[in-house]
Amino acid sequence: MIELNDVSKVYSNGVKGLEDVNLKINKGEFVSIVGLSGAGKSTLLRSINRLIDISSGDIKINEKSITSASEKQLRLIRRDIGMIFQSFNLVKRSSVLRNVLSGRVAYNNTLRTLLNLFPQKDVDLALKALERVNILDKAYTRSSELSGGQQQRVSIARTLAQEAKIILADEPTASLDPVTTKQVMDDLKKINTEDDVTVIINLHFVDLAKEYSTRIIGLQAGKVVFDGTPEEATPEVFEEIYGRSLKEDELLGEENL
Amino acid sequence: MIDTKLNGPLPAKPSRWPFYLFLLGLFAIVLISAIYIGANPITFIQNSDNMVDLFVRMFPPAWSYIATTTPAMLETIRMALLGTTIGMIFSIPIMFLCARNIFRLRWLVELSRIGLNILRTIPDLLLAAIFAAILGFSPLAGIVALSIFSIGIIAKLSFEAIENIDNGPLESMTAVGANKLQWIAFGVVPQILPHFVSYVLYTFEINIRAAAILGLVGAGGIGVFYDRALGFFAYDQVLALILYTLVVVIIIDLISLKIREKLL
Amino acid sequence: MSQRDQLKKARARKRGKIAIILIGLIAIYVWAISGIEFRGIQETAGPVTKNILKGFISPDWSYVYSPDGEDLIRGLLETLAIAIAGIFLSIILAVPVGLWAAKNLSKSFITSQSGKGVLSFFRTLPDIILALLFIKVVGPGAFAGMLALGIGAMGMLGKLYAEEVEAMDPGPVESIAAVGGNKLQQLAFGVIPQVLPGFISATLYRFEINMRSAATLGLIGAGGVGTALIFAIQGRSWDRVGIILIGIVVVVLIVDLLSSALRKKIT
Ligand SMILES: Nc1ncnc2c1ncn2[C@@H]1O[C@H](COP(=O)(O)OP(=O)(O)O)[C@@H](O)[C@H]1O
Ligand SMILES: [Mg+2]
Repeated sequence: MIELNDVSKVYSNGVKGLEDVNLKINKGEFVSIVGLSGAGKSTLLRSINRLIDISSGDIKINEKSITSASEKQLRLIRRDIGMIFQSFNLVKRSSVLRNVLSGRVAYNNTLRTLLNLFPQKDVDLALKALERVNILDKAYTRSSELSGGQQQRVSIARTLAQEAKIILADEPTASLDPVTTKQVMDDLKKINTEDDVTVIINLHFVDLAKEYSTRIIGLQAGKVVFDGTPEEATPEVFEEIYGRSLKEDELLGEENL
Repeated sequence: MIDTKLNGPLPAKPSRWPFYLFLLGLFAIVLISAIYIGANPITFIQNSDNMVDLFVRMFPPAWSYIATTTPAMLETIRMALLGTTIGMIFSIPIMFLCARNIFRLRWLVELSRIGLNILRTIPDLLLAAIFAAILGFSPLAGIVALSIFSIGIIAKLSFEAIENIDNGPLESMTAVGANKLQWIAFGVVPQILPHFVSYVLYTFEINIRAAAILGLVGAGGIGVFYDRALGFFAYDQVLALILYTLVVVIIIDLISLKIREKLL
Repeated sequence: MSQRDQLKKARARKRGKIAIILIGLIAIYVWAISGIEFRGIQETAGPVTKNILKGFISPDWSYVYSPDGEDLIRGLLETLAIAIAGIFLSIILAVPVGLWAAKNLSKSFITSQSGKGVLSFFRTLPDIILALLFIKVVGPGAFAGMLALGIGAMGMLGKLYAEEVEAMDPGPVESIAAVGGNKLQQLAFGVIPQVLPGFISATLYRFEINMRSAATLGLIGAGGVGTALIFAIQGRSWDRVGIILIGIVVVVLIVDLLSSALRKKIT
């Protein structure tokens, strides 16, 4: 379970990224976060695994505060949280397998990982993860040689190999075409239902949010302005979140799916 | 625990051996090199008290040495200035000869380039040692050495700049029926002049550093004092010299940088 | 004021500026030329030049290889060995200092700036001066030369490494932090693979410079082919000077060619 209590984030330039956010996200939920660009979606997501230090409030992951965790505790908490980025953030020159294996670094002794001596069990896990996202045949390929969709599946495989209990995905499909978008969303949904992994995902397309999630959170200028089921998220609600009616490019469009 | 049994076949794993062998080879080369020159860390450790001694005796620096060596420092600057200038003058024809987009005579261009590349292989200090033998121990030897050394840098950077110029002005010069010299003067020169001046200044910065050591082989400038101070084990004077040179180099770098920023 | 007057004024101002620059330049050159003592140009300059040219045309080929004792090949091999061992030492030194100086890896501005300060100090120290100092520590010879190059090249390599790190994509590093990797793991999995080609290219570039430096070290007693050269110059055996210079040119050219081909392939 993830708990945010009175969380605020003020950036050094004075911009309020988050303001008094209170949320409780239960295990197994598929939560979409929607809102205008600049609403604070990335800030929220990156606060959860403390890639950003919040200014006030507290965030608890499974009862443990990540806000006040020591360096070592922080690494252990992060070990259980997978993250998927819009720009994939793979090391392009490394092989696919090495990128997936890098999800296991926190499970192993530092020296072993530096020498690239991962236990066979980790390698098996990484290969299985690649098979689950259908790119096992690319295991020894350079990541730069993969298409965008394939690269994103490598990062999903990394969270699988990581045996993450929570997946944070920051607009994972924003640089993908509609067909690949659907495959990536399906992969995430599959992991969510099969492995009971909590998924929190920032989405640009509201129809994707409605289709895949069990819960939608609307952000506006750092504040939570909507929190409910996809059924409750009517066009009027979105109009409120966005402060206007939806634009063409905020809908993936039914015909594309 | 997830079941890790794969359903499909595993892709062929590329062999790491070529990579390991390459690393091993590299390591062997370094090791052989070190042994060949008798590089022994133990010698270094055994002599580390020498180093400590050297450091300790550097302090405090002999500030008074700065006054003594100032005429030589000025000579160093003069040498660098004149060497760069003469090098610049000789670079002008050479850089046009080396650029592939100026002259049609392919063999001439390639020959000039080979010549320039050969020139660039000879280090400044070697040139200075040779010219000191020819001209005697005088700053003139240093100036000649620096001139030749400068050609290598200025001509190289400039011909590359020439090859990157915009073709438009050249075509319009051809269109109005200009001869080769007019073509260069009006089509090429205006485009590369700021770069050229910038490269000359950059070379001047390098030459100040170079001129400061040419004295070690008798080619004038402050370098001769390093030899003298070290000969007397006067490490405090050595440090004063190092700091003095450092300050002069930094000041000249700053001035040169300011001018270069204005140019580009 | 009419437009033409304005134009005239601008032109006058420009002319004034050019005049000032010209006067300044003339003053500098008068200062420079008048200060150089053209003392003691040898009368022998002419004959010596002739002899040197003769030495180049008919170099002492017998010096290239002799089964016993000093020869050109051994001198060149020693030069190469100094450059190789030297670059190895500078890599070991420059990687940590370069990472220290990279501003995107350190938390505070002061940390990276102090790293940069160390690097620029070593960059301004000429290799030859370092060699003179190391001769005092370990005695004359190639080892002193290697230490000098090792330390001397660290400044430039460290700076190039730091620039490479500063230009990298922070994303992959962040993704390793996000899975719970510690600082070392972030380096090994996020930073190093990204910057490796740049590091290799910078190292090769510096190796080209090391070859030239190593060829001069012998002039002051720090090993390599320069030793033979300075003896040949002092002994006025110009045919030997000729063959040594040819040897240096050939080896440095080969190293340059190999290195720049490799660099092109990497990037
Ligand atoms: N590092 C930062 N420094 C200052 N302001 C930032 C920083 N990151 C984000 N912001 C600001 O915080 C607000 C929220 O940003 P973000 O969380 O990236 O929004 P979203 O992901 O919803 O587009 C924006 O106004 C943005 O400009
Ligand atoms: Mg965002």
